[in-house]
Amino acid sequence: MKLDSKVPGGPIEEKWDRHRFDMKLVSPANKRKFEIIVVGTGLAGASAAATLAELGYHVKNFCFQDSPRRAHSISAQGGINAAKNYPNDGDSIYRLFYDTVKGGDFRSREANVYRLAQVSNNIIDQCVAQGVPFAREYGGMLANRSFGGAQVSRTFYARGQTGQQLLLGAYGALNRQIAAGKIEMHTRTEMIDLVVINGKARGIVVRDLITGKLERHVGHAVVLATGGYSPVFYLSTNAMNCNVNAAYRAYKRGAAFANPCFTQIHPTCIPVHGDRQSKLTLMSESLRNDGRIWVPKKVGETREPNDIPEEERDYYLERKYPSFGNLAPRDVSSRAALEVCREGRGVNGGNAVYLDFRDAIQRLGKETIKARYGNLFDMYQRITDENPYEVPMRIYPAPHYTMGGLWVDYNLMSTIPGLHVLGEANFSDHGANRLGASALMQGLADGYFVIPYTIGHYLASTSLEDVDTSHPAFAEAEASAVDRLKKLLAVGGTRSSDEFHKKLGRIMWDYVGLSRSKEGLEKALKLIPELREEFWEDVRVPGGLNEFNQALEKANRVADFLEFAELMAYDALDRDESCGAHLRVEHQSDEGEAVRNDEEYSYVAAWEFKGVGVKPELHKEPLEFEYVKLATRSYK
Amino acid sequence: MDLKLKIWRQKGPEDKGGFVTYEVKDVHPDQSFLEMLDDLNVRLIHEGEDPIAFDHDCREGICGMCSLVLNGRPHGPWDETTTCQLHMRAYKDGDTITIEPFRAKAFPVVKDLVVDRSAMDRVLQAGGYISVATGNPQDANTIPVSKDDAERAMDASACIGCGACIASCPNASAMLFVAAKVSHLALLPQGQPERMIRVDKMVAQMDAEGFGACTNHTECEAVCPKGISIDFIAMLNREITRSKLSGVS
Ligand SMILES: Cc1cc2nc3c(=O)[nH]c(=O)nc-3n(C[C@H](O)[C@H](O)[C@H](O)COP(=O)(O)OP(=O)(O)OC[C@H]3O[C@@H](n4cnc5c(N)ncnc54)[C@H](O)[C@@H]3O)c2cc1C
Ligand code: FES
Repeated sequence: MKLDSKVPGGPIEEKWDRHRFDMKLVSPANKRKFEIIVVGTGLAGASAAATLAELGYHVKNFCFQDSPRRAHSISAQGGINAAKNYPNDGDSIYRLFYDTVKGGDFRSREANVYRLAQVSNNIIDQCVAQGVPFAREYGGMLANRSFGGAQVSRTFYARGQTGQQLLLGAYGALNRQIAAGKIEMHTRTEMIDLVVINGKARGIVVRDLITGKLERHVGHAVVLATGGYSPVFYLSTNAMNCNVNAAYRAYKRGAAFANPCFTQIHPTCIPVHGDRQSKLTLMSESLRNDGRIWVPKKVGETREPNDIPEEERDYYLERKYPSFGNLAPRDVSSRAALEVCREGRGVNGGNAVYLDFRDAIQRLGKETIKARYGNLFDMYQRITDENPYEVPMRIYPAPHYTMGGLWVDYNLMSTIPGLHVLGEANFSDHGANRLGASALMQGLADGYFVIPYTIGHYLASTSLEDVDTSHPAFAEAEASAVDRLKKLLAVGGTRSSDEFHKKLGRIMWDYVGLSRSKEGLEKALKLIPELREEFWEDVRVPGGLNEFNQALEKANRVADFLEFAELMAYDALDRDESCGAHLRVEHQSDEGEAVRNDEEYSYVAAWEFKGVGVKPELHKEPLEFEYVKLATRSYK
Repeated sequence: MDLKLKIWRQKGPEDKGGFVTYEVKDVHPDQSFLEMLDDLNVRLIHEGEDPIAFDHDCREGICGMCSLVLNGRPHGPWDETTTCQLHMRAYKDGDTITIEPFRAKAFPVVKDLVVDRSAMDRVLQAGGYISVATGNPQDANTIPVSKDDAERAMDASACIGCGACIASCPNASAMLFVAAKVSHLALLPQGQPERMIRVDKMVAQMDAEGFGACTNHTECEAVCPKGISIDFIAMLNREITRSKLSGVS
């Protein structure tokens, strides 16, 4: 396997423009002849499908929800970054680029990140034109707020529903092309395998979730925009059905998987409250604009939070990171929370810290706070039965986002020619830690502004044979998919796949979670295959193949998580340094900060599949930093 | 707490379907409604029975995937709350809860509590967007939008497309759903060029899908998990009239 990042030459500011000029074009008359398969209808998938169809390609688009509008992107709350510098507070494309590379703790590719910052402004223009009702100032201009890891206000938002509004914009663009007959939309359809013919991605096998029937779809190129894999931890802030299937199946077909252990644990989520919970709810990072995070100074504190006097509170983020305070980046904030809880200073000695709006309410009034965060406060109250206007919120870190993903080059193409990967499903822009409000930016950048150019170049410069779904590769992929699904149905054990998923989540949280150690990872590498074996001996999946069968869908996802989890542990074990969200306990400063080892680990770890239960092969893409000087991150 | 659940079971679109009663024990008040159903499904799997099919995804009240009519009310007893955000503290020990799918002519049952809501997508495909191709627009701040208009557009655009309004309406009318989209775009300067044609196309599609007429029952507003106001239906009616008068169609 060869990793060629295909980063164009020239100064970073000019790379993308030059590349756009150098890339080959497909003439309008020829675009009609190309069929492109896009899997996913989140921000990345919907924006890509719509834009490719606008250009004249014929697009087939897939999602497993009953409507494209329900993709997980819909639940993003806080906002989307762009380097508009409307507030005139010193922002620029270069600063957004710089903050993102630094925020990612120097484990991303500079050229990709620069391009992301460059197109960020176009995204806002595009979304406003689509009718996205971003927050406005009284004068009618767009409003901004701050997010973690930045000292400027560059985040655009639509109340606490930014993802929803952006996705509705992209969904509108998608709908327009569906109505025009340019996109063939397949909802409630799950991709089960990738079809590779003569070394190129040429199609997919899917399962129609209503009838349970398998179908084959052929195309000239395949685009995966299938989201992240946080539910490998079972409890996460992601939608219940987010999964790794599509990306993992592509990995098994030869696509390299990059940095799988880079997973983000978000600092502000509603804490776990029992063992019968199915998901964790995020409280948007935007709350940290006005909320102050603290724990009692004393171990064993039992008083109600409002009875604890000011001088007995430890506003630990403000204390440790005076220049960023409560807006320190996510990895730093999550670890700090873990640390104070380990010291026994969490709420009632447990796993929770306070996020307090008392001072903000005093300063700004309840109405202002309500206008800013009302829906989040309501959500909090519904779940916890506590009123955050009166009692501080209790929060704790939870798995939230996955920086790792399929390896892609500058053109967003994986190691399988023709297979392109967008959005959270790829590894490209966030290094070892993603800054808030930059996933929405990346998804839309990939879909609206990158793939429309790069896929044309691929199609124009590649000779593609005429193939159809009768090709033996389709038959083989379908047969192996049927085989596996039938095997799941045939186990006939005693436990539901949910029970295995919970167990896996526990292992991942304990050993491949917020902090990792050599022993822990080695233990995980023993426990995961054991659990996988147990699963294949004792899972019970009721119902049949050719019918609507949610238990089978779930089992199929859990089965992949049980293989994929091992890959994460291998990656975490290989990376014998701390960086961003990946903290190896062996490598931390006295203050508990991540200590990188740039000499040895300044690379993208791209893993090649070698068989289930077999150690995958590691390939390294060296990372060079020409523009942002390698330095210890400091948010002090 | 212990509860009695009367759940609608239906094998598929052709099956007649009917209620089956399940007793559930030891339900925790802090569990969400869907977590309570998850537990029941695990039990059914252990007992070798077919688990209950229901739609859900985000479990945060935003994707619009969850549905269910609980004791006759779409999304259950709490105002402005989806089923996935409803918590069991809404009930007390010994309660009986009837659980049915969203019912409407345009929402055929797929299985048990899962229905096909693709008719709503088709109404939006007919014109629920601004026709702007990627790459065209000018700077986002070129056209100011008054804060009030932006806020009202956002009020309308908060719709999650769950279909509770339709399920609650004696006529299975989709007026609130369509009104939300039409108003969102009609309130913004960017939505003006297609304002008339949009409302014509969407209303025509709404009728073609078999959604009923609005006769002002206002149930839709009462059950909307996002609190979308029926003032938007008044606005939709004005938009329809305006479009007729302009003679576009
Ligand atoms: C609660 C929450 C809040 C967030 N808030 C923010 C925020 O404020 N700002 C920010 O920048 N980011 C935020 N994020 C992160 C951001 O929302 C996601 O990273 C981003 O939306 C991912 O978009 P995507 O298009 O890559 O994938 P998704 O939106 O996850 O879409 C995946 C798509 O792929 C489809 N799919 C997946 N697998 C298959 C398969 N096998 N077959 C067929 N279809 C498949 C799904 O149906 C879906 O359509 C938040 C995330 C969460 C969980
Ligand atoms: S599951 Fe998404 S709104 Fe209920």
